[in-house]
Amino acid sequence: MQNITGTLPIIPIQHYVLFCTLMFVIGVAGVLIKRNALVIFMSIEIMLNSINLLLVAFSVYHNDPAGQIFVFFVMIVAAAEVAVGLALVVMVYRHTHSIDIDFLNKLKW
Amino acid sequence: MITKYLFYFFSIVAIFASVMVLMSRKPIHRVLYLTLAFLALAGHFILLNAQFIAIVNVIVYAGAIMVLFLFTVMLLNLNVAMEHKKSNLIQITAIITAGLLFLTITGASKKLDLVYNEEQVVTQIGLVKNLGKILFSDFRLPFEVSGILFLSAMVGAVMLGKKTGD
Repeated sequence: MQNITGTLPIIPIQHYVLFCTLMFVIGVAGVLIKRNALVIFMSIEIMLNSINLLLVAFSVYHNDPAGQIFVFFVMIVAAAEVAVGLALVVMVYRHTHSIDIDFLNKLKW
Repeated sequence: MITKYLFYFFSIVAIFASVMVLMSRKPIHRVLYLTLAFLALAGHFILLNAQFIAIVNVIVYAGAIMVLFLFTVMLLNLNVAMEHKKSNLIQITAIITAGLLFLTITGASKKLDLVYNEEQVVTQIGLVKNLGKILFSDFRLPFEVSGILFLSAMVGAVMLGKKTGD
């Protein structure tokens, strides 16, 4: 229970960097491609989670608990952000009957 | 040895699920694929022996946040694939931009000197007991402030969700 997985440094930390970068880039591509506000929120969640994994990996490999505390706060802020953001999405849907962000261009120019 | 295979398994599942979030047609499927990606990441956290973060990830992300997303999808009755795509030019540009970002970050991280002390690595810092001690001693003020942040987020969500104009 104290140590589930035995010795850790089998996996080089470069693999974690590569994997987290790939997931972050998928999130960036989602934000750039999609017009659906919900999918953009989900892409932001993917980005936040990939960064969380990288923070935990570095925290474990450098034996510094501050990284994991920081991940905890990132999760708190993400939860607050999702609550307000989804309320905004519901309000936008009530006004325009669509969650397409390209309709929200009143402040664009 | 099995740690290595589990690492690659969870990585492939997470990347597949997050690609499917962007590719699938129905909003419900997208939310469920996102939940799968979060569960795979929780597996990664357990592989790193970060048990507290793994449990919080499952409870907060795969539990609370995904339920919020599902409720929004159901309340807005979005389960019809009504989606106008962006033009092809914008899509190709976006994918090229994302690929260039990937190349830049990986190229930069090749030059990084990612040294770590191998004897130090097997640690117990991810356990609930140790993280809780640090959270309630060194990080008391941020913890309390995050409570206030939650309160204000709740007030904001209720204000926005209320019917206005009558």
